[in-house]
Amino acid sequence: MTTPPDDIRGPSLWTSMRRPRRHREAGARAAIIAAFSTVIVGGLILWWVLSSEAWPEVQQQFFNPDHFVASWPLVLDGFWLNIQMFAVAEVLILVVALVMAMIRALRGPAFFPLRALVIGFIDLIRGIPIILLILLLGFGVPALQLTGVPNSRLFWGVAALVISYSAYTAEVYRAGIESVHESQRMAGRSLGLTQVQSLRYVTVPQAIRNVIPALLNGFVSLQKDVALVFVLGAREAVREAQIYVASTFNYTPYVVAAVLFIVASVPVARFTDWYTERVRRRRQSVGGV
Amino acid sequence: MKDNRGFKFLSILAVLSVAVTACGGDTGDDTTTTTAGVDTTTTAAASPTTMDEATTTTAAPEACAVESLNLVSPGQLTVATGEPVFPPWMGVGDENFDVPESGTGFEGALVYELAAELGFSEDQVTFVRTGFDEAIAPGPKEWDFNIQQYSITEERDEVVDFSDPYYETQQALVTFEDSEYADVSTIEDLQDAGLGAAIGTTSLDFAEDVVQPNTEVSVYDENVDVEAAMNAGQIDGLVVDLPTAYFITAAQIEGTVIAGVFEAQAESPDQFGLLFEDGNPLVDCVNEALATLRDDGTLAALEEEWLTQEGAVPTISG
Repeated sequence: MTTPPDDIRGPSLWTSMRRPRRHREAGARAAIIAAFSTVIVGGLILWWVLSSEAWPEVQQQFFNPDHFVASWPLVLDGFWLNIQMFAVAEVLILVVALVMAMIRALRGPAFFPLRALVIGFIDLIRGIPIILLILLLGFGVPALQLTGVPNSRLFWGVAALVISYSAYTAEVYRAGIESVHESQRMAGRSLGLTQVQSLRYVTVPQAIRNVIPALLNGFVSLQKDVALVFVLGAREAVREAQIYVASTFNYTPYVVAAVLFIVASVPVARFTDWYTERVRRRRQSVGGV
Repeated sequence: MKDNRGFKFLSILAVLSVAVTACGGDTGDDTTTTTAGVDTTTTAAASPTTMDEATTTTAAPEACAVESLNLVSPGQLTVATGEPVFPPWMGVGDENFDVPESGTGFEGALVYELAAELGFSEDQVTFVRTGFDEAIAPGPKEWDFNIQQYSITEERDEVVDFSDPYYETQQALVTFEDSEYADVSTIEDLQDAGLGAAIGTTSLDFAEDVVQPNTEVSVYDENVDVEAAMNAGQIDGLVVDLPTAYFITAAQIEGTVIAGVFEAQAESPDQFGLLFEDGNPLVDCVNEALATLRDDGTLAALEEEWLTQEGAVPTISG
């Protein structure tokens, strides 16, 4: 069966924009209307902002071109640290969270202590603000001066982020695992796979595919939260911006840092959209599971 | 049906834009200017004074009577300080820790002496707390003055006002006893050290501009965080003013010593001043009171009581 006709599904401007193949003329007209509408709305907003009394001051304070250019290299330099941190952290988070979610998905009374541990851990960690965790681990643990324990602030900062985000991501994985129909697991078991094997080969691959948008959402969030490591003295983007601000009292460097963070996260957001759309299209073309 | 919806949206948009144009927006004046920075509200009684950075100004005596002072909260002297406060500046003694109202410590005692000189009684002095860096930011303040070991610098003077200096100090280096940097004698010896300092402080400027180590100086929100990093072994040494260094080594972090006092100065001697909102006429009256305290030896006596330490401290030349 092909997709149901438009008058049943209720058309909208957006639907017609998404399938220009079927209605080429209408698609082109829709694009023109969209462009026209954007110009009007955008123009209005711009006019309203630029003509307000406070704009010159706001522009001086937050969008000052000289300070933008001057602080750009400093903040960019710090941002490189942010990139390194979230690259490392994200990989660890995905792995640790998956392990926790799989443990939690194990059935049988024998696994109760493991499940209880994981649930307790997740509850505990999700209850603590990340900044607190960073301070605790970043300043607190090295202060114990235990032998063999690293005291690098980046190590403990990233560790705190990994611990915190794994707890949240484990719940996301769990939602994914539970969204896979029970029959899949039973089919796996009836083929003679053990629990862990059926999880690994049958359930989890499907689960992950279901929750990729949520995982990507978590990744976008992580990109911002790595900035919290600045309280440990790390010279990352926000701290570099702060240092510049402290000597000039112009807040443009904060805008510079914001721009950098946005530039890093918008591609991920668009990728998520594209991926979700692709999955939707694939599912529809199959015509039902 | 599809077309109707789109046109409906557009027409609503058109109506809205007409409505906004008609009644929205301020009268766009491209040549709007605002009085840059200084916003003076001189009290009627005060004789005209120049708010020059370098010169000491005094107001006519009747302008500094308690009733005619420019206060945030009339009848009260609202003094801001840090959160928490540490000896030897305020709150000396176990039972007085973080209690500026106890009047102990150099700055604590100074506040009450100044208040008395200005004509306030002890219970007319109220303390509020602020962060170190946030107070230097330009803008209106909710306190009369802030006392928190603020060094007087030209940059800061552009956005806030300072009183005359009430204390002069040098930067010192604090390290652990067993650190390789515990007995440095010149600044060159510190080239590979990992130093730490608090943001917005002259200690940070000193570390970055004068010491110039090869690794970046670690920057923290407040001195407490620098001390925490020191305690965690994440930095080799911290740069801070000498009296604070005394307290850190004596009471705060075990096993630390003052590696030395820096001989060099960043630009000029590091002088502490009281911090006021930009253009606050109260500065003149406070300067007058401060001058009196200096002339009659009170300031020196306070220094003697709270800040002088036994024993010589090595110097770091550079």
